[in-house]
Amino acid sequence: MITRREFFQAAMATTAIYGASGFGNWSRLAAQQMLTQDQLLQFDDFGNVTLIHITDIHAQLKPIWFREPEINLGVGAAKGQVPHVTGTEFQQMFGIAPGSADAYALTYTDFESLARTYGKMGGMDRVATVVKSIRAARPEALLLDGGDTWHGSMTSLLTKGQDMVNVMNALGTEAMTSHWEWTFGTERVQEIVEGLPFPFLGANIFDAEWDEPAFEPYKIFERGGVRIAVIGQAFPYMPIANPRWMFPEFSFGIREENMQKLVDEVRAEGADLVVCLSHNGFDVDKKMAGRVKGIDVILTGHTHDAVPEPVLVGDTILIASGSNGKFVSRVDLDVRDGRMMGFRHKLIPIFSDVITPDAEMAALIDAEREPFKAQLEEKIGTTESLLYRRGNFNGTWDDLICDAIRSERDAQIAMSPGVRWGTTLLPGDAITREDIHNVTSMTYGKCYRTEMTGEMLKTILEDVADNIFNTDPYYQQGGDMVRVGGLAYAIDVSKPIGERISAMALVDTGEAIDAAKSYTVAGWASVNEGTEGPQIWDVIESHIKKIGTVRLEPNTSVTVTGI
Amino acid sequence: MKLSRRDALWVGFGGLAAAMLPGSAALAKTVEELTTAFAGSASIGEGGLTLTAPEIAENGNTVPIEVNAPGAVAIMLMAAGNPEPAVATFTFGPAAGAQRAATRIRLASTQDVIALAKMADGSVIKAQTTVKVTIGGCGG
Repeated sequence: MITRREFFQAAMATTAIYGASGFGNWSRLAAQQMLTQDQLLQFDDFGNVTLIHITDIHAQLKPIWFREPEINLGVGAAKGQVPHVTGTEFQQMFGIAPGSADAYALTYTDFESLARTYGKMGGMDRVATVVKSIRAARPEALLLDGGDTWHGSMTSLLTKGQDMVNVMNALGTEAMTSHWEWTFGTERVQEIVEGLPFPFLGANIFDAEWDEPAFEPYKIFERGGVRIAVIGQAFPYMPIANPRWMFPEFSFGIREENMQKLVDEVRAEGADLVVCLSHNGFDVDKKMAGRVKGIDVILTGHTHDAVPEPVLVGDTILIASGSNGKFVSRVDLDVRDGRMMGFRHKLIPIFSDVITPDAEMAALIDAEREPFKAQLEEKIGTTESLLYRRGNFNGTWDDLICDAIRSERDAQIAMSPGVRWGTTLLPGDAITREDIHNVTSMTYGKCYRTEMTGEMLKTILEDVADNIFNTDPYYQQGGDMVRVGGLAYAIDVSKPIGERISAMALVDTGEAIDAAKSYTVAGWASVNEGTEGPQIWDVIESHIKKIGTVRLEPNTSVTVTGI
Repeated sequence: MKLSRRDALWVGFGGLAAAMLPGSAALAKTVEELTTAFAGSASIGEGGLTLTAPEIAENGNTVPIEVNAPGAVAIMLMAAGNPEPAVATFTFGPAAGAQRAATRIRLASTQDVIALAKMADGSVIKAQTTVKVTIGGCGG
């Protein structure tokens, strides 16, 4: 009999037999531009367990453009490793033909022209079609949501997440974990959770006062005679990266020793398969997989990586399913004698023009949007530039936002948070109010204006940089670098905290930033309670209305070294 | 493993004594001085002492720290980057059911938290971890 360890080695060497990713097959077809729904959904059933993973939808109910990152640097052991590989290198790593549908879905290269060829991606009505199709083949498939679901759109903000709750309930979600959900505040989260027909898992959510577990840590599902333990891991840095005052009752953290304890506990309860539904972020999960023993599958979220093949760490497989409803992962597993014996996986890209919308879900989405339709669809302006955010440093959306902040708030320097959500617009697209919300929507969006010394600015840049480029993944919070307007700087990502940032200067005059001097700074998404100012989306709307058409010059204010 | 309320009470009844060590910065002893005073001439080993702390503090003013060293007679906790590095020394009498303690400490900035445990045979073991204290915001 093949041992578990031997199996994995065999799987690595000959993926066609024991472990397989469905990616290679359809990519060739896609390259010939013969995409069909049947090809996208084609999957040879395998084993006795099916997991369906979707994560980081960020409340995107409708198909969207989403450009994957151009710059996504890994440091330390992660340097050059998935997911820190982009563009043509990514294509070569996974055998993806340039110009193919996969190249469009998974990389930034030629984004604009490929977007026009292959169309928008995502849409929860298309996702519903995919989920129903998988369930038709595997009625006992388990649908798991990795969180960042209730936040990210104008409708989710206006309904306090209710539109997404209704949609995810209709989709038949069976467990979820959380991150931005918490920015609706404790009371709203508890109100929603009480009504959920599935568990809101968070093994690492503890009562802040007594340091005792506050939410269900796991649930054991019985499917096809297999006992599947799903342990939920919420975003560990919730009170640090987002406003703590919105959920003061709770403490989070990685709590690795607690995860090990729970894995041992569910194994002792007879779990045949242990799945971690995680919002740790890819590098944190990769480190955790190497240190916590006994997890078979980590369904990883938070850092928005779409990885077409499972990443193996010891006996654990990591599945990264992208963001914004662009992808759904199907993972078939052969579980026997309390062991995972093999897997077959496919990262299913949701091409909205290829996959037929599910009629029921489409009707539900339209009903959710109906009360706000006029507000959502009002055209504010037009863009002649490609507008995107994702990437370690300023995206063009951020440049536009920083321009708006500096102009509307009369500040020398603008700061905009390096969040990884935010959809894309193509040159020629109208900018609607909904589009502005897709890159700004949040419960703490007020645009403050203040004064900061040069020393303070340096401290902020160093602090945020260390949250991304600390070589120990457990110290990484999973966002991107804070975006700046009016400020130039150089960053050496290979250095430790305090030594990464240099050459800070005002862009307009070239004047070097003086540590002792004060500058006017405006920004948004402050984690401090009582922040004052207009909402950021109103600031941007006002700016775009004044300029009419957005035309951005290439931004050369950040110099990156140490790569 | 976290100390629950019940555990904490139980440990308390078992004979736990903790000496919190406030003091002015001018008189603060360094980590080296504190280590020498605690360990004496014993060489310092590793293993057998578990120090549990968050990787990144959610609130630098109150950071939960737990130490656990089965068989220890005393555990000393230090915050290397604080003006006063000495945090507390927990001593365990023979009636103590467990040699562990949990407390909350204030950390001025990102720094190493160090624990030393003195065992019944006089040997000393050490555990150390970095706790980051950050400005926050900008999480993805």
